[in-house]
Amino acid sequence: MSAILEPTAKPQIDIDRSVGDFRYDVDYSYDAGVGLNEATIDYICDVKKDPAWIREFRKDAYRKFLEKPMPTHWASHDLDNIVFENIRYYLSQGTQASRTWDDVPEEMKRTFERLGIPEQERKYLAGVEAQFDSEAAYSNIKAAVGEQGVIFVGSTEGLQKHPEIFRKWFGKVIPTGDNKFSALNSAVFSGGSFIYVPPGVKVKHPLQAYFRINAQNFGQFERTLIIADEGAEVMYMEGCTAPKFETATLHSAVVELVALKGAKIQYVTVQNWSANVFNLVTKRGLAHEEAEIKWIDCNIGSRLTMKYPSVVMKGRKARGEVISIALANDGQHQDTGAKMIHAADETTSNVVSKSISIGSGQATYRGLVDIPPHHRGCRNNTECDALLINTHSRTDTYPTIITRGNRNACQHEASVSKVSAEQIFYMQQRGLNQGQAMSLAVNGFVNDLVREFPMEYSVELKRLIDLEMEGSVG
Amino acid sequence: MSLSIQNLTANIGDLPILKGITLEVPKGEVHAIMGKNGSGKSTLAKIMAGHPDYTVTGGDVLMDGRSLFEIAGPDERARAGLFLAFQYPMEIPGVTIANFIRAAIQSRLAEGEELEATDYYANLYAKMDALKIPRAFTSRSVNEGFSGGEKKRCEILQMAMLEPKYAVLDETDSGLDIDALKIVSEGVNALRSPDRGFLVITHYQRLLDYIVPDRVHVMVDGRIAMSGDKNLALELEARGYDWVTETAAEPALA
Ligand SMILES: Nc1ncnc2c1ncn2[C@@H]1O[C@H](COP(=O)(O)OP(=O)(O)OP(=O)(O)O)[C@@H](O)[C@H]1O
Ligand SMILES: [Mg+2]
Repeated sequence: MSAILEPTAKPQIDIDRSVGDFRYDVDYSYDAGVGLNEATIDYICDVKKDPAWIREFRKDAYRKFLEKPMPTHWASHDLDNIVFENIRYYLSQGTQASRTWDDVPEEMKRTFERLGIPEQERKYLAGVEAQFDSEAAYSNIKAAVGEQGVIFVGSTEGLQKHPEIFRKWFGKVIPTGDNKFSALNSAVFSGGSFIYVPPGVKVKHPLQAYFRINAQNFGQFERTLIIADEGAEVMYMEGCTAPKFETATLHSAVVELVALKGAKIQYVTVQNWSANVFNLVTKRGLAHEEAEIKWIDCNIGSRLTMKYPSVVMKGRKARGEVISIALANDGQHQDTGAKMIHAADETTSNVVSKSISIGSGQATYRGLVDIPPHHRGCRNNTECDALLINTHSRTDTYPTIITRGNRNACQHEASVSKVSAEQIFYMQQRGLNQGQAMSLAVNGFVNDLVREFPMEYSVELKRLIDLEMEGSVG
Repeated sequence: MSLSIQNLTANIGDLPILKGITLEVPKGEVHAIMGKNGSGKSTLAKIMAGHPDYTVTGGDVLMDGRSLFEIAGPDERARAGLFLAFQYPMEIPGVTIANFIRAAIQSRLAEGEELEATDYYANLYAKMDALKIPRAFTSRSVNEGFSGGEKKRCEILQMAMLEPKYAVLDETDSGLDIDALKIVSEGVNALRSPDRGFLVITHYQRLLDYIVPDRVHVMVDGRIAMSGDKNLALELEARGYDWVTETAAEPALA
């Protein structure tokens, strides 16, 4: 035990000039050591001062994690390369979440700068929950949002200070044993956000969180729970870039959304992991009567991303939507998709997925649309488009549509296209170099979806695509 | 100062397509190239622009004294001042005309220099108005779903915006209705200047009534078989390509 409790040696200063590939010296005051066992979980509970029911919840989850097999019977065998014993499951600044921008340590501010968070967004920082490693390093709710009764805190604070709401929904949308990685997250989660929006409150500004990983072999296991009470509306934005390390890192988040009657939740992610990260995320929303849940998701980078945002439409006229962009560059595998579970009459869902595969990059779409026969008036529209940048690229589509019954409608369209040499030549003849031509073609391909992202993100997204394409031509 | 093609030969694979082309377009002049289908006109245009499918086996093309083949990529040649209006313009889904042309102009600016948006749009709209392209087109994807004539007009719009030193127009007149032919020709004529040379590839003498050429060249099987003034186009229309082949063969017989 004592070995685990020892503060770790300081990581080395190692600043790389390329964007998203840098590290600052951070003093990790708390460290759960390497590997996972019951003692690790006790350690996390002790440090975080978890209530007894959470300790029980974590341990139960840990057992489920051990029992569950790797899903390699359908998913990538690359999962077998995750060495669970080599991962650090908990790191913390050990500090209270900061209240004002002035309280934020200087080196973290520098990090945000390097992440390219635009100046104008600093205005919104009052409403930002930015996660630095596994503890919220900065947290301040914009006064107006607070006045409206909105709770926007870290998950730890949420479960400690708002147990009456937290406990009611936590782990209910995504049961612990949903899959091996949701079980892992449930065992060791730290960080992430807890948001509650009271009935009828429409949150004007998007709530934002920035995540990153900043220690070698350090996996991040955020846990986010968002509840929009009846008629409430909220948009949440999450953006990630990660420094580059020599060994693989594991990121395994769980995000649960609950939209009560007539509520609307939009969850926006723009993510740019470095090429050694396993990003295995479980995201699911529960939409009650006439509620609307929309996942807007962009996955760039990582070694393997597995992410299938889902909406369970359990109330009449509920609506689910997934808009996703995946870009798989050389050596990367984006295994993404969507699940739409129609569990009530007149529920409608829409899935639009666009993937780009470059070089040896691989993009896989897995979709599930389930409309049981006893429901009526349900509709789904699914559209999957793949763009291949060169002949090595792979794209696979596994759409599963289960419509048992004839009082419902499903529509499915899929396309695969290439950026042709003639298109590139045409653009080059106008003066664009090969990289610019490629990135223009790719940006064109995703353009209609990029418009769905909030303004700041769409700009950032375009820049990310440019960066990816620059590196992809000789 | 000229665009000078000197005994240019080129293959596709092992197949010779251009078999020794020599012609010179001095700055300020308009030259026309006519010739049968498959004689190599588009090949010539694409080789100058740097299309990767062709192998240059001999000769040279000098743009104001500088060999095009020493300028590496098609994009560098374009930025050096060469423009090609394509016979078959490509579609670029999702990329609007406004953004495309903007990116093209931006590529010509120095590092860190930004195109001023209001000036750019003012310029774009003025040129669109002149070419009678509805302004709504700025938000349409490049060439996607355009009619044949709209594509050609859009090529000329790009040329007008990019202000090249030398422009090669490959059958820009084909697919244009009578009114559009006039509008496009006026667009080209407006760009005629002592600082600019044009090489206009066409099948129809009619275009040359509007864009009056300084010289007309007739291409037969990868060679320039005959050159003359603007009247050559009329004569060609009256007598056909067989006349060119026979006439061109005569000196060899003599
Ligand atoms: N990529 C290619 N592969 C094989 N043959 C080619 C290729 N490109 C051109 N050619 C051949 O080269 C010859 C010249 O073609 P080119 O397109 O230059 O003709 P053109 O004079 O422009 O004809 P048109 O008046 O019909 O436009 C043709 O016989 C054509 O089939
Ligand atoms: Mg041609």
